[in-house]
Amino acid sequence: MISTLHPAYSQALPLSADYVRILPEIVLSVFGMIVMVLEPLLEEEQGQKVLGQIALVGTLAALGSTWFMAQSPGLAFFNMVQVDGFSVFFHVLIIAIAAVVILSSYEYMAVQRIRAGEYYALILLGVVGMALMSSAIELVLIFIALEISSIASYVLTGFRRHEAASAEASLKYFLLGSFATAFFLYGVALMFGATGSTNIDQIGRSLQAAPVPLLAFVAVALMFVGLGFKVAAAPFHIWTPDVYEGAPGPIVGLMSTAPKAAAFAVLLRIMFVINVPGRLWLIWVTAALSMTLGNVGALVQDNVKRLLAYSSIAHAGYLLVAFAATPELGTSAAMFYTASYAAMNMGAFAVVSHFAGAGERYVTLEDYKGLGRSSPLLAATLTIFLLSLIGIPMTGGFFAKFYVFSAAVKANLIWLTIIGVLNSGVGAYYYLRVIVMMYMRESRKEVPVAPIPLALGVALAVCMAATLYLGLFPSEVLRYAQDSAQQVIQRSAPEIPVPAPVSAVPASL
Amino acid sequence: MSADNLSSVILTLVTFTPLVGGLLLIMFPRRDRDIRVFALVLSLLTFVLSLHLPVHFRRGLTDFQFQIDRAWISTPNIHYHMGIDGISMWLVVLTTFLTPLCVLISWNSVHERVKEFFIILLILETALIGVFTSLDLFLFYFFWEATLIPMALLIGIFGHERKVYAAVKFFMYTMIASTFMLAAILWLYAHTGSFDFMEIRGQIARGAVPQFPAAAQWLFLGFFLAFAVKVPLFPFHTWLPDAHVEAPTAGSVLLAGVLLKMGTYGMLRFNLGLFPEQSRHNAWWVMVLALIGIIYGALVAMVQPNMKKLIAYSSVSHLGFVVLGIFSFTQAGLNGAMFVMLAHGISTGALFMLAGILHERRHTYEISEFGGLAGTMPVYAATYLFIVLASGGLPLLNGFIGEFLVLSGAFQAKAVYGILGATGVIWSAVYLLWMYQRVFYGKVTHPVNNSLGDLSGFEKSAIWPCAAASLVMGIAPILWLGAIDPAVQAALAPWTQVVSRVVGQ
Repeated sequence: MISTLHPAYSQALPLSADYVRILPEIVLSVFGMIVMVLEPLLEEEQGQKVLGQIALVGTLAALGSTWFMAQSPGLAFFNMVQVDGFSVFFHVLIIAIAAVVILSSYEYMAVQRIRAGEYYALILLGVVGMALMSSAIELVLIFIALEISSIASYVLTGFRRHEAASAEASLKYFLLGSFATAFFLYGVALMFGATGSTNIDQIGRSLQAAPVPLLAFVAVALMFVGLGFKVAAAPFHIWTPDVYEGAPGPIVGLMSTAPKAAAFAVLLRIMFVINVPGRLWLIWVTAALSMTLGNVGALVQDNVKRLLAYSSIAHAGYLLVAFAATPELGTSAAMFYTASYAAMNMGAFAVVSHFAGAGERYVTLEDYKGLGRSSPLLAATLTIFLLSLIGIPMTGGFFAKFYVFSAAVKANLIWLTIIGVLNSGVGAYYYLRVIVMMYMRESRKEVPVAPIPLALGVALAVCMAATLYLGLFPSEVLRYAQDSAQQVIQRSAPEIPVPAPVSAVPASL
Repeated sequence: MSADNLSSVILTLVTFTPLVGGLLLIMFPRRDRDIRVFALVLSLLTFVLSLHLPVHFRRGLTDFQFQIDRAWISTPNIHYHMGIDGISMWLVVLTTFLTPLCVLISWNSVHERVKEFFIILLILETALIGVFTSLDLFLFYFFWEATLIPMALLIGIFGHERKVYAAVKFFMYTMIASTFMLAAILWLYAHTGSFDFMEIRGQIARGAVPQFPAAAQWLFLGFFLAFAVKVPLFPFHTWLPDAHVEAPTAGSVLLAGVLLKMGTYGMLRFNLGLFPEQSRHNAWWVMVLALIGIIYGALVAMVQPNMKKLIAYSSVSHLGFVVLGIFSFTQAGLNGAMFVMLAHGISTGALFMLAGILHERRHTYEISEFGGLAGTMPVYAATYLFIVLASGGLPLLNGFIGEFLVLSGAFQAKAVYGILGATGVIWSAVYLLWMYQRVFYGKVTHPVNNSLGDLSGFEKSAIWPCAAASLVMGIAPILWLGAIDPAVQAALAPWTQVVSRVVGQ
């Protein structure tokens, strides 16, 4: 009954199992609302901490509730939500990111003197949207989830209220982001026109059955624009450096990982389940552009936040390479990449926002001079994250790139792979610049470095452990990713022949 | 533990003992003396352990020995597969031999961040040994890249004036080149389903790899580029002088002594092993590049005003001999190439130590700053002369044997290669002896040189083992060649026919 794909109008009411399947979202929403309600009731100084802790408990509870969610796989709410290994993977990832962000926010909020409980509420509610994106298989629901997460991010970007840069970033992000979601919505509308459905599975099936109408190509392209904006893929990346520079440090850590992971999850479902011909070239060009523009842009940055912003564009490019590969390998490689990218990038931003100090004063490369001597532990931590971003063996970043490129080679995308590996070679330069500054240059001015508080320490330890774990023992996570990729692909397998592993071009092209 | 039991884990022990030592050092208090002693003990222990290899090595067998093969990562199919043959065994021993000497030569010359220095040095040793012992392409790449960071840090933190420039240049050059190798490795994995060297070699030999003929040339080039930059083969050599001049002495010793050999070892093992036909087809231009490297390196070395740069360019020249020998596809040539690798590692390592000793006393490498040192530093001068002669290829010392074999191999391949290569031997005598003359003979032109102290105990203990090894290798090369020769024969097996035809011409 649950798995019937017939339009489920026969069900008058959602089943109780349906609620279990969105349990993490429910938990997060409840905690978000608790934070909202308590905020005006608590004394300002004290309340800040309490609300932060409540939010942390909320994410941990949500993390726990994914276990229940994982126990009852299947469709829910009239085929709008799909719980499978894939969505569980992204739920765990996104909620864990939120927990780490909240942990690293405690100190940041105190140092920057931002007093606002809604900060934590917005994180929780934004995460609801992101988590929902990864399990929704109904385009309209995906759009709603996308909006929930976007609106929360717009507000969070502007949280450094005293800074003009922050307000500018927020406005820029809001205007461009609205455009992008409008593109997505337009794509959804066209797709409905082309296939008569907004359910991803059904769309996939009807596109496979008949010759693909022109409208469907346009629809996929428009949806790709909307999601490409969210993942900061070139040529939709222009907003990234400005927004990352202006937004609060921990929020950049969140923005550059969690919504990206969610958008990639949606993209994976759309691209591989709605197996539109021609997707290959769309992705090929975007991936090559993102890698190249991101890396070239990062070469000349002096502001570490901007540098990491360009690096995140480049990483979106590497990740997109996986989308050009065959479904099974591509999906699992992309999942692994999102996870390890989240770990290393979160860690890097946590260090950067700790080091920035009050008013985010110390964010230029110049400020990092001599950090290796003045606070060796912080420098070593950042170094490991940067090495992982370069893709040095023994770190998660290495295997992430490795799986992506080996999936691409298997799909015979030799040129894309060569562009990719060359880029990752060039990219090493700017990460190295930071390391060089820390270890090989002497500091000219005094940059005060506060000791690392416990919460931030825990956050960094989690990121570090994940980065190293994925670098030394990647098998478990990869196997899980492969299994869940299999589930996603197989669901549409009876009707959709999976392209042979050696051919990169979909069979119908 | 009996020898047999030890043999199954010996490679793991040799490879990771330095790493464990490095990690233990992190917990040490910052008492420099203890740290130095500990590093020395650890590196000596590694050396002693590595001696197990030549002692229990079964000469005459062509197979890989002391193999260990365990599944590491299931998807993709990566194995922890190590093993050595006569070629890699001596490179492992060379590494473990040079590292304690590096510790000794750095004993008094590294004063700042002593702890970091020795940690990095020990980690570097593990990575270097790992490169030579890996039989899984993935594992090989893993160690290959892992050597980059400690070496770049050694140059960048402990180097001289333009250290950062040199470190970044070194890192970027080798990193970008090796990404091509990664692409080639990924292609091989995608089409064979394995990273195992022997498995892939077998599949290629059987012609069981789909699409291989079309891709083989590109794969060959992908591997070759990574190795050529590392060697460095002309015209990819420009990073080397910078890196050497700026590196601390121990960094230079390992860079010249071992790191460069990673490139030639890679050519020998992977280019020849996996792509025999392509190696054959491409041999002519590789040999031309090698010859250009030999002559160009020597000529540039001759006019260097900077002693360390001179030695660096002499490395370009010597490594040209190695490449020439490898791509001559003759038994003599390959034996010679292997022998030059070892001889160069020891004699050039010693030359860099000697240059470092002068730098420590005078803080300059400029040859014109010296002169007449034979009178003020007699022991140093005598040791220097010995090493110069070894490096220049005086018979009965180690440089001669290798170059002789390489040249006789090159003659067999094509006479003109041998003739041109032979001029390199003359050039090397010219630049080395001329440099020696300018530094040690004549009058003392700079009064400050009158007060220079002779070799200290630590310095003697670092350099004299190299001198002794040079002598032994020169007198009894069979001790080394006995293990090298069967491995070389096995490597040459695909061409035995071709070679006999060439020789018969």
